[in-house]
Amino acid sequence: MAHRHSPALGRRAALARAGGYGLVAIAGALAARDAAATPDSARDWLSALAKGSPQEGKVSIKAPEIAENGNAVPVTIGVESEMTEKSYVKALYVAADGNPNPGVASYNFTPLAGKVEVQLRVRLAQTQKLVAVAEMNDGALFIASREVKVTIGGCGG
Amino acid sequence: MSDDIKPRVRVQAKAKKGELVEVKTLVTHPMESGQRKDADGKVVPRLIVSGFDATFNGKPVMSIKLDPAVSANPYLSFFVRVEDSGTLKLTWTDDNKQSWSSETKIEVA
Repeated sequence: MAHRHSPALGRRAALARAGGYGLVAIAGALAARDAAATPDSARDWLSALAKGSPQEGKVSIKAPEIAENGNAVPVTIGVESEMTEKSYVKALYVAADGNPNPGVASYNFTPLAGKVEVQLRVRLAQTQKLVAVAEMNDGALFIASREVKVTIGGCGG
Repeated sequence: MSDDIKPRVRVQAKAKKGELVEVKTLVTHPMESGQRKDADGKVVPRLIVSGFDATFNGKPVMSIKLDPAVSANPYLSFFVRVEDSGTLKLTWTDDNKQSWSSETKIEVA
């Protein structure tokens, strides 16, 4: 007979348990969000440095489509500009949206650089997007992004 | 540990007036990200080269603020427009405010 009563109890217990799991799952998701950069935090990091709304164009990112080792992913970033006193690239900000922190590097240039084409090697913890924003001397912003698939992450756990 | 750090610079010795010269640099540095844990589970403190600065004949060309997402032994390359003969001075600074610099001459023929 005890068996007869158990379905209701069982369902209640199961619901309570499900609720509990739900909360744990949400907490887990929040903790994960805290520990890693997201597309939003990468955007926040960039917009704190480059104020305004960037347009597509002028910036190009070259990076391997698939990086076997996330410890050193070669990246080339170029920005179209005459690099004269009248018109030059003032700054270039590079972010990654899946690392523990979104920032990668911030460049400043003077017209003396002649051409903006920089190379660097980046640590990528997982498959993610690289985002670059260029700031011109007149304040115009240009943005480009590129996804890199990472087989082995590069943050050393 | 930080004593054996040596910057390496590769740049052509001679250039034409107004030529865009590519500068390639590498400095051996562990770039400890501050994310890693040692065998005892303690976080290894962050120690990275956080600043890089390039001048030509004392005039600024470019500078970089680096974050831990830049790889160990950071390789960096960039361009400089060379109008006159002169000295390219590069400076790296790490989190401990220790710095290294290198000077390279470029001659305009």
